[in-house]
Formats: sequence, structure tokens, C-alpha cells
Amino acid sequence: MARETLINIALFALLPVTAGVAMVMDEPFIITLVTKAAILALAGVGLNIALGLGGLVSFGHAAFFGIGGYAMGVLASHAQSYTPLMETPILIEGTKSMLVIWGVAVVTAALAALLIGVLSLRTTGVYFIMITLAFGQMLYYFAISWPAYGGEDGLSIYIRNDFPGLNTLDPIQFFAIAFAVLAAVLFVAGRLAKAPFGLALSAARQNPERVETVGIAPFWLRLVAFIVSGAVTGLAGALFADLNRFVSPTMFSWQTSGEIMVFVILGGVGRLFGPVAGAALFILLEHVLGGLSDYWHVYLGLLLLLVVLFARGGLIGTLAGRETAHD
Amino acid sequence: MSLILLIEQVLNGIQFGVMLFLMAAGLTLIFGVMGLINLAHGSLYMVGAFAAATVAGWTGSFTLALVAALAAAAAAGALVELLVIRRLYDRDHLDQVLATFALILIFSEGTRYVFGSFPLFLDIPAALSGPVVLPGGIFYPLYRLVIIAVGLLVAAGLFVLIAKTRIGIQIRAGEADREMIAALGVDISKLYTLVFALGAALAGLAGALVGAIQSVQVGMGEPVLILAFVVIVIGGIGSIKGALVGALLVGLTDTLGGALLPTLFATFMEPSSANTIGSAVASMAIYILMAGVLLFKPSGLFGAT
Repeated sequence: MARETLINIALFALLPVTAGVAMVMDEPFIITLVTKAAILALAGVGLNIALGLGGLVSFGHAAFFGIGGYAMGVLASHAQSYTPLMETPILIEGTKSMLVIWGVAVVTAALAALLIGVLSLRTTGVYFIMITLAFGQMLYYFAISWPAYGGEDGLSIYIRNDFPGLNTLDPIQFFAIAFAVLAAVLFVAGRLAKAPFGLALSAARQNPERVETVGIAPFWLRLVAFIVSGAVTGLAGALFADLNRFVSPTMFSWQTSGEIMVFVILGGVGRLFGPVAGAALFILLEHVLGGLSDYWHVYLGLLLLLVVLFARGGLIGTLAGRETAHD
Repeated sequence: MSLILLIEQVLNGIQFGVMLFLMAAGLTLIFGVMGLINLAHGSLYMVGAFAAATVAGWTGSFTLALVAALAAAAAAGALVELLVIRRLYDRDHLDQVLATFALILIFSEGTRYVFGSFPLFLDIPAALSGPVVLPGGIFYPLYRLVIIAVGLLVAAGLFVLIAKTRIGIQIRAGEADREMIAALGVDISKLYTLVFALGAALAGLAGALVGAIQSVQVGMGEPVLILAFVVIVIGGIGSIKGALVGALLVGLTDTLGGALLPTLFATFMEPSSANTIGSAVASMAIYILMAGVLLFKPSGLFGAT
């Protein structure tokens, strides 16, 4: 078995094992941290579809993360206050059902990704980076200046949403939900990369002219990848909001976009399990360094700088040696 | 809205645009010559503001504060270029984004460590404070007019530098064909450090000038940085002229949008919701402008296609 596969299995097992040990030792805070890692990894897996497979350097994925978060916040806050979301032309009520919320989060994030993608994918290179960043900021300022859902202060949801048959307020059960979603999405993303679509997308990253020559338009491949990527990150946003029982415009901020990108890079771009490694490492650093110093972002910055300058395959790339995942 | 108020807002918009130009000029120069996307440009703006506030606190002199801002930002820029940025020229944009994102974290938290989280204040010098009366009986803060003048002077100076001087010719040659000018005996790495320090100094100057109207605090650079990105995307990356036009467009759109849109919306909807929707749309106006420009010109108004 390839070294990378072994590392992937170990990494993947690390999350439930840590959560299990924390449950036995009665440390709910650790379970919450592991859940956070799983959800952020999910956001990273989403970005990795655009970034790793498609080569689309989106610096605005906070847009989708925030939309997912607000999908949860808006629906749950209406359910909480027993006021309908809309009465005319049709009656739409809020909901506390996690499954419905996920559906709404995925669909709205996908629609946003369609709109942003159609405009942004007309550009390439630095223009693409900056225009995605700007769309993220646009939603950020919108969330701040729109008072109906808390504006700058954000929205608190008092009780976690419902999942059939589970008690979502129990940390380990909520972890199980988040982990199951992550596992399912990883499975689908892994299949996607090997499917004709994923192969064509990879080819469009490496050599768009050739892809065009064989009769496939790179624009549509990239647009679909961007939509799928946005939808997955939106789902992660809904889960993240549910974890905190709080949404605020910070979810839309460019720092969030940067951090999602950091998970992908710390782990290794274009590697299926890269975001899992990156998010786990990020949470570990946040916890360990954050305990040592209030200024832990300095160390995070130095580490990130070293990874970018010297360890180009990220964590998995370094551990797995020369067997690269792509190109 | 009265005409006087409108003129005031237009002047505010121009002042904001001129500040954005100082930021955007450095960014676009660095991108045009070195092909580098530098997220840490906002940190250099912050360095300038902090240096100015510190020196003004020690000496009480605004002139010395400006000199300190220029020097500190240029020095920080040169240092960062030598240590980090220089390794990034041959990398793809993703690596550049991440490495400079890392630099932001280091700069911001480092500044917080040294200066604390509380904002510093930089006073407008006495000679420049207070309003002046413009033709038509409009009272307008003198300091803001001075900012406009300084910004336009810097813009003119930059055009002369790029168009007429030997350095400017080398910079343009570097944009066109870096191997060729290296072969002609120009020390390309020294030129790169110089351009980076020049861009940093402009950002530092902007930081110091704005620091006197707003508070000087950690994280002040990033909102301006993102607006400067919008500016150079609209103007076309690499074009100084584009940066100037884009900066004025963005400055005016943002200021006038905030002032006029709520009033405009109130003409056809009820006042309370007009205010909400108007200010929400106004906060997004520049991004809508950018999307509109890119729809028709994907490489900006003055960008090379």
C-alpha cells in the first residue's frame, strides 16, 4: 500500500479516535475541538475541489461558508421566534431540522457559486483571485449592513437543530454527524477526482488548450467544479454555525477565506485528505500555541511561511515523500 | 440634498480616491514589474501609520512623522523583499498569496505585541487643522484638501518617474522583458528591491496621512488593501494610469453611494426600508462596479489584453 494511503487512513482514524478517547475521559471540550476540525476540514475539502483539482485559486470561499452559516441562522431564528420567513406569495416557515437546513445551505451556496463563478471565471490568474476576494467582501459588508438578522452582532441560536434519532446537544453525537458528513463528502470527492469529469478538470488545469482541442470547454468544467466546491463549503458553514449556535459576519470575512485556504495548503494542495490534515493541524496549533501565547498568530504565520517556502507538498507531501498526488 | 452637501461629498470621494491611489500604485507597480501579488501591502500601510504616530508622540512634529512613516515603510518593505518576497517571484500566485497572508499574520500580531490592542492617535498639525472657505461659501477641512494635493503631486511625480527617468525606463523594461534587461547589465534584483521599497513607502505615506483622520490600529491596513485590489482590478493590473482612474472611481462611488443611495431609494419606497436597503446596496456598490467593469473588460479599463 502506498505510504500516502496509510497516512490518509491514520489521519482519518485520528479524528474519531481522539473524540472517543475524549468521551471516555469525559472531556467534552476536546470533542468540540475535534468536531470543529472535522467541519473546517469539510470546508477545506470543498475549496480543494476548485483549488486542487481545478487550479482555481478562490480567495472568496468565505462567501459560501457564510451563506451556509446564515442559511442555518435565518431558518433557525425564524423557527425560534415562531415567525414565518415569508408570507406572500407563499408561506415559508423557519425550521429546526438539520437535514432541511443542509439542503437549503447547499442549494443557496451552489446558486451563489453559479453567479460568482459565471462572472469570476471570465478572468484568470490574479484577476480571479482578486475578484473572488471582492465578492466575499461584498457579502461581508452586506451581512454587516443588513440589520434584519443581527447585522454586525450576528445571530444566536439557543438550541442546536434537530437530527432524526440523535441528541445533537450531546457533543459526541454531534461529532458523529459532522464526521459522517465529512466521510461521505470525502468519498464523493475521491470518486469525483477519478471520474471522467475530474480527469477532464485536472487536464484543464494542466493544459487548457489540449482540453479545448478534444472538444471540451474548460469554462463549463471549471464552473461546475466551482459550484460543487461552493456547495460543499456551504454545507460546512451550516454545520459550523450549528456547532457554535451562532452566526456572524466574521464567517464572511476575508480572513476566513484565507484560513480555509491555509487548511488546504498546510495539508497539501490537491491531496484528498490534505484539508483533513491541515484543519487538524490548525486546530491543534490554535489550541497549543493559543495556550502558550496570546500572539499565536505570529507562530502560525511563521509556520505557514516555512511550509510555503520550503515544504511545498504540505504536511502529507512531506510525510509521504516523493510520491506526489498529482502532476 | 443640497448642492453644497453634494460638492462636499464629491471632495470627500476624491480625497478617499487619492488615498486609495497611493496604495494601489504600489500594488500595481509591484505586480507589473515583478508579477507578484502582495497581500502584505496593507501591513506596510499600517507600519507607516504606527511609525508616524510614534514619532509624532515623541517629537510633536508632523513633518518628522511623515518622514518616519516613509522611512519605516520603505525599510520594512526592503527587508521583507530581501528575506521573503524575493523567493516568491518564480512561484505561482497561490504560493504568493499564502506567503504574504502569512506575512500579514506576523506583521499584525507583531504590532499588537509591541503597541498593544488600543488604537494610537495622530493629531492633525495645527497649521493644517480647521476648515477653509471654498468659492461658493463651502466650508471644507483644510487637511483633507492637503491630502488631495499631496496625492495628486505624488501621482504626477510617479508619472514623471516612470516616463522620464532612467529608473522609470528600467522599470518599464523590467515589465516588458526581464531577461533582456538583466542581459543588458541592469542589476535586476536591486531594481526589484527598489521598486518594492518604493511601493512600500507610498503605502506608508498613505497610512500616515489617513492615520491623522482615523485611529491608528492593528488591522487598519486590510480593508484598504482590499479596496486597493478592487481599484487595480478595475483599472487594469500593472497600469499606473488605470490605478489613478480606478482609485477615483472607487472613491467617488463609495462616498457618493453612501450619501446618495438612501435618499434615492426614498423616492420610491418608505423611508425606513429605503435607508436600510440604500445603505446595504451602498456598501456593495464598488463591488458591483467592479463586476460591471469586468463583465465588459475582463482585464480592467487600462489592462493589457
